Order: sequence, then structure tokens, then C-alpha cells
Amino acid sequence: MNSILSIRDLGIRLGGRQILHGVSAEIQEGEFIGIFGPNGAGKTTLLRALLGLCPISCGELLVFGKPPGKTKHALGYMPQHPGCPDGTGLSARSLVSAVLRGERWGIPWISSSASGEVSRALELSGASSYADRPFSLLSGGEKRRVMLAQSLIEKPRLLVLDEPLAGLDPKNQMLLVERIAQIRKETGATVLFISHDVNPLLGVMDRVLYMAGGGASLGAVDEVITGPVLSALYGMEVDVIRAANRVFIVNSESNVTETACHA
Amino acid sequence: MLDKVNDILAYDFVRNALLAGSIAAILGAVVGYFVIIRNVGFAAHALAHIGFTGATGAALLGLSSLQGMLVISCVAGTMMGISGNKLHRSELAIGMVLSFALGIGTLFLALYKGFVGQASSILFGNIFGVSQSQIVATMVLAILSLAALAIFSRRLLFASLQPDLAESRGISLTALSTAFMVILAIAVTLASQVVGILLVFTLVIGPAGIAARFCRGFWGSIFFSILIGLGSVWVGILLACVSNWPPSFWITAMIFVLYLFGETLSRYVLRLER
Repeated sequence: MNSILSIRDLGIRLGGRQILHGVSAEIQEGEFIGIFGPNGAGKTTLLRALLGLCPISCGELLVFGKPPGKTKHALGYMPQHPGCPDGTGLSARSLVSAVLRGERWGIPWISSSASGEVSRALELSGASSYADRPFSLLSGGEKRRVMLAQSLIEKPRLLVLDEPLAGLDPKNQMLLVERIAQIRKETGATVLFISHDVNPLLGVMDRVLYMAGGGASLGAVDEVITGPVLSALYGMEVDVIRAANRVFIVNSESNVTETACHA
Repeated sequence: MLDKVNDILAYDFVRNALLAGSIAAILGAVVGYFVIIRNVGFAAHALAHIGFTGATGAALLGLSSLQGMLVISCVAGTMMGISGNKLHRSELAIGMVLSFALGIGTLFLALYKGFVGQASSILFGNIFGVSQSQIVATMVLAILSLAALAIFSRRLLFASLQPDLAESRGISLTALSTAFMVILAIAVTLASQVVGILLVFTLVIGPAGIAARFCRGFWGSIFFSILIGLGSVWVGILLACVSNWPPSFWITAMIFVLYLFGETLSRYVLRLER
């Protein structure tokens, strides 16, 4: 097995604040990793670091055996927010086309072979049927699929998805997760999937990277999502309750569940 | 009707106006599309107002107002670009610099007596007063700007729509936005010769904004943006000749009518889509 992502004792400081410290993880080719944790746990910072957008203050971070930023095309990234300005008629297809080899010099001309690549990415993400409609008119779920197509356009070996489920209703969450699992099966890409909720990814992900309090813990779902491990990460008493095939993370000190309950 | 147009075109100053107006309209339309997708409309507006200081300052130093405007808006554009995304999209920061710049312009105006007549042509445009040498300068600047855009427009489009992804592929966002702001400064300066500093919005953002509302792709937007810009400038100048009303009025009126028409049309089209 090839190690796609290798993190050793990683520390990141931003604006005088220690965001991450002592994070270690080895991720193998083809794995589906769910990344969870409360707000401010450094999930997005970790993703930005492996994209080369955020400097590392100590430790080591290797993507495909190289420092971040040196493996541009092997990485597909889906940010939290769409980059399309509101009120423009730009179609989904145009948005995906702009990303295809967008770092080249010259004018943004799309050759017919390039436009074939765009169609394939849209098809893979399941966005073909509304690809020519203005992006700003699409529903939340449709927009996410277009953004997914943007991240797929360069045929990445590593897919980095930053909260693709945020703001989606349960049905659309399920459909998107299924689609991403399908893509991973078809392309063999490794998937890093940030989510706030564990449940939609159960049965799809291979391992879990749980982040809290600046640290992280990688392991099988059953190993990491347990009371003792999460209590150590949060720095407070946490219980994990399994019921009806779902996982609930409950703060023992107050009456707040970390995992939202949904149908 | 055609005879009338021919009569009008017999005048040198009308032909000069059409030429300078066309160049400014084309550059404004192309640059404007990037202004729309980068959401830096207020920065574009501010660059023009800052140019007022340059124009009045140039008069004090005995330079032409085109030179003064160009220098000061390019400097301001560079600074906005270097300061990064946060600052040149901050309405407060831009508003502060903009009003201070206009304040300094007012001071220059007071120091240089006898300039008040020219101030009005800087503010509201004086397309019929464009000289041959100004046209040459306009053309050279526009060609340089469009050539520069041709070199990096692919990167600019990518970085405008997906900045994080662009940065992760090794594009320097600061360098790109600085280069763009300088080109924007040039476009704004050229457009202000046609419609004046206060009305620059109409040529640099208007046509592109209207086109971006209903066009689905990049090239269609650029095409319609140029079409709208050129059409308004031509019709505006010809109507100004016929009516004796200022061309700036006619051009802004044309753009405004097209804007209303475009909004209605896009709303109708959007309703069909749903």
C-alpha cells in the first residue's frame, strides 16, 4: 500500500494562535477518511496546509511523498463556499471549465477536447442535467454537485472535500455521499471528507480522523468514536451512544449532542 | 437619416470622439467583466475618483490631465492590489481613501486658479475635446492593456472564481490582483476621458454588468459587453450631435435603458428556467 498522505507531529500556528499540535496520521491510497470535530478544531486549517495554502510551523506533512504545493494536479479540492458571484448568469459548465488547467497563461479558450473533459466531470458528479443553467439559480444540492465536478476536473488522486454536506437536507446529504462513494470506486481516488455529522458517512468511510482541541486521532470508526478517545480529545467528559444504527456523541456535563439527530 | 449621419461624420471632432469612445468602450467592456466576477465595482469607482486628484495635480505641475490621472490611478491600483483581497474589497477603507483623494483634488483646484472650467470636463467628460495626440495615447494604452489581459486572463478567470484552488496550483493571487488593478486603472482613466470621472461606472461596469446577467459563458459575456459598450457610445455621440445635449448624458441614458431592458429580460428568462 502506498502512503498518500503522511503527517508526523504536525504543528500549525496562525496569527499567534496554536491551531494544531502533535498531529500524526498515515493515509493509504484509496482510503475514504471522514474528518470530524467541533468548530475551530483545525479541520479546514489541516486541509489548507495540505493544499500548500497555510505554512507549517513544525513537524512534517507529505502529500504523495512531497511537501504540499508540489503536487498540484493530483489534488482535487472542494471549498466550503462556491466561487460564483451572485446575480450573474454564468452556467455550471462555465464554472467547471474555468478550473480546467486554469493556471495556464493565455486566454480562457476551451478546446473541444477540454469541453469533453468538462462534460465527463459533470457527468461523474451527476450534474449533467443542469450543467447549462445559471449556477446562481441552482438548489443547494445541485450547487454542491457542480462544485464536486470542479474538484474532479483534473482527475485527482486525492479528493479533499471541505464540509460538502453543510446546509443540505438529509436526503441530499445521502445522495451526495453515495455519489462520492461511487466516484471513489470508479476512479480509485483517496477521499478526505470533512463533516460535522458522523452518521451520513457510516458504512462509506474506512477510517476516521477525529479532531478536537488542536489534536487529532486516526483510527477505525469503532476505535475512535468512543467515550474515552473523544473525552481525551475534547478535554471533557463525552459519552458515545449507539442506537438504531446511529452514533450520538453526548457531552456528559451538559445536555448537548454533538451529532444532530435527523431522520 | 443617413445623410444626417454623413454630415455629422464630416467633422473631425466627431470622428475623434467616436474613435476614442470606441477604444475606451472596448477596454472598459472587457476589463469590466472581470470587475463583475471579482466583485470589485466600488474599487473601480474609487480609482476614477482618485484620478481626479491626479488630473488637478497635473494642472499644477503643467502636465496633461490624462498623464496625471494615469499615474495616480495606477499607483492607487497597485496599492489596492498589493494590500490584498481584504482591503480592496473593504468599502470603509476604499471610501476613506476615495474621499481624502477628492479632498486633495479640491485643494489643488483652489491652488490652481482658473482651472474651474476644466474641472467640469474632468468630472463629466469632454469627448468632443479629444485631441489627435490623446487618441494615439488612448490607443497605445488600450492595446497594451488588452495584450496584458490576453496573457493572463485565463489565470485571472480561474483565480476570480476559485481563489483557493488557484493559489494551491501555484498562482500568486497578490501578483494577479495587482496586475489586474493596474489594467483597471488604465481602463478607468480612458473611460473618464469619454464620460468623465463621475460617470466612469457607466462604461467600465455597466455593459459588462448587463451582459453578465444573461450570458452563460465567458466569451458570450465579453462579446455582448463589447457590443453594449460600443453601441451606447456610438448612439450616444450621434444623438449628442443631433440634440446638442452632452454625450455623457446620452451614453449614461443608453446604458441605463439597456440595464432596465436586460433586467426585465433576464427576469423573464429566469422565470422560464424554473
